[in-house]
Amino acid sequence: MSIILDHISYVYGGDTPLEVRALDDVCLQIPDGQFLGIIGHTGSGKSTLVQHMNGLLKATSGHIYFNGEDIYDKDFSMKKLRSKVGLVFQYPEYQLFEIDVLSDVCFGPKNLGLSRKEAELKAAGALRKVGLPMELYYQSPFELSGGQKRRVAIAGVLAMEPEVLILDEPTAGLDPKGRDEILHQIKQLQTETGMTILLVSHSMEDVAEYVDRIVVMNRGRVLYDDVPKKVFSHYKELEAIGLAAPQVTYILHELKSRGFDVDTASTTIEEAAETVSRAVLGR
Amino acid sequence: MVFPGFFLNRSQQFFATISVRLLWRAVFPAVKQEYLGRCEKRYAPGRDKGGGLQKKEIRMAAGGRNGRADAVVWVGNDMLRDITIGQYYQTESLIHKMDPRVKLGGTLLYIISLFFFRNFWGYVAAACFLGLVIRLSHVPFRFMVKGMKSILFLLLITVVFNLFLIPGTELVSFWKLTITVEGLKTAVTMAIRLTLLIIGSSVMTLTTTPNNLTDGMEKMMKPLKVFHVPVHEVAMIMSIALRFIPILMEETDKIMKAQIARGADFESGSLIKRARALVPLLVPLFISAFRRANDLAMAMEARCYRGGDGRTKMKPLVYRRQDRVGYLCIFLYLVVSITAGRLG
Repeated sequence: MSIILDHISYVYGGDTPLEVRALDDVCLQIPDGQFLGIIGHTGSGKSTLVQHMNGLLKATSGHIYFNGEDIYDKDFSMKKLRSKVGLVFQYPEYQLFEIDVLSDVCFGPKNLGLSRKEAELKAAGALRKVGLPMELYYQSPFELSGGQKRRVAIAGVLAMEPEVLILDEPTAGLDPKGRDEILHQIKQLQTETGMTILLVSHSMEDVAEYVDRIVVMNRGRVLYDDVPKKVFSHYKELEAIGLAAPQVTYILHELKSRGFDVDTASTTIEEAAETVSRAVLGR
Repeated sequence: MVFPGFFLNRSQQFFATISVRLLWRAVFPAVKQEYLGRCEKRYAPGRDKGGGLQKKEIRMAAGGRNGRADAVVWVGNDMLRDITIGQYYQTESLIHKMDPRVKLGGTLLYIISLFFFRNFWGYVAAACFLGLVIRLSHVPFRFMVKGMKSILFLLLITVVFNLFLIPGTELVSFWKLTITVEGLKTAVTMAIRLTLLIIGSSVMTLTTTPNNLTDGMEKMMKPLKVFHVPVHEVAMIMSIALRFIPILMEETDKIMKAQIARGADFESGSLIKRARALVPLLVPLFISAFRRANDLAMAMEARCYRGGDGRTKMKPLVYRRQDRVGYLCIFLYLVVSITAGRLG
């Protein structure tokens, strides 16, 4: 049970001088239950990559296997794939269209052929998971705040009960509080349900704290694919491609260069605080 | 599907029915495929910022005449590539540099001239003139032909209808169908006319940025202001609309994908079912269009836009030598072709 990307390339505008290799020979293996962060500069191919995983884009070359089945097989059902791999797009609140929140979240499950009752049950479950207050269920989605709209949109995908949830920049345009809340809720979701989660982002700060593994994309290629600590040790290279390691990495490296014995591999603020206090206070 | 029979006889009725059916079967999947295919092909991250595509576009934009990038940026866009009308091909040429008013007026006169010819020689002259202009424009010929693709079916239908439905002297007859001499003549004339017309207007749109075009229209229509026609406003609306086509197309693509990811099905089912399936696409699209319109209006007012009165141009349109020569050429063409076309 996993997603395997086998030498995926995606060429756009082929046969013209404007040909662009959006993805170039990408190989990835995503085991079940992993919380994976995909990071890259705008235009690095990360959104293109995730759109391959539920078959919205078809690779120019290469194969994708979902649970051991080639999704480009003739008799493979894309509709089924899309119900198993939920993709939340960037600014998902722009896809809301129904008269009230609950009906909008029902759209996905209903498309799967569920009855109105079942769909509503799933929708309510999904809305609870994203932490939307119950009194908003029958409001128009257009009257909600930005953060609430986004929760509704994420619930719209969650209600289909996917095995894999892909979130494309779920925190874009949110204030720091809203961002932390959403990321926290996603993490909680992952620990509770054991769902595979792919978090696409251009901000290291966002993902460092939550993910098990980071894939760094640059110009359509996978640059690094490792646990966060190892990836952040390349902070100079990351800077060269327009990304940045979390701020603690910089502080720790600076301290190290000034002679303090700190562990530069720490990525979260708590870990950093611990290693700094140990180095400074000798504890 | 049976065609209403009040104005057609039996064989014509039969024929009309068949062609409508053929059209339905042939065109709709093709259009849909084309649209979906374009959506599919089109998405590239490079368009946002950075990435290879953007760079190429910027270089193209830098060569633009008035430095406005919007029309140019979308040249690299697959979605608009197949629709040649309304597409600008960036290159250096005499025709590109010409004042849009010359091109607009010229195209209009050219199209009108096509309807004046009574014989074959007029069309020869028209084709020669068009060929010359295309040569001068440095736009590859295949871009003109691409524009033809979209009206191929219209062309086909016109030819077929004219060929079979015009009464007159019988030329060939088989089964229920009759081809008359008059029918053949009209069909050929119509085909040539339509082809020249489309290619002719394609030349204009390929060599003029949409912004330039609306500027030219605005200036040409200025005299209408006396009759209280809101010329400036109409031109502004047009250039904004043109500017927003690619944006809304991109938006459509995005929303469509998002809804497909939620299990929406835009492709199968009956006509009514498919129409209903569009609701999840159209509602967000309208909302976003209104939102964008609102933002744009606010941004324009914040920069003190208050309509056309007293508004100056950053790059006013001024006739230069090449434009006067252009007018002369069009005049000469008209004289030559219409004399040739009406001989005998």
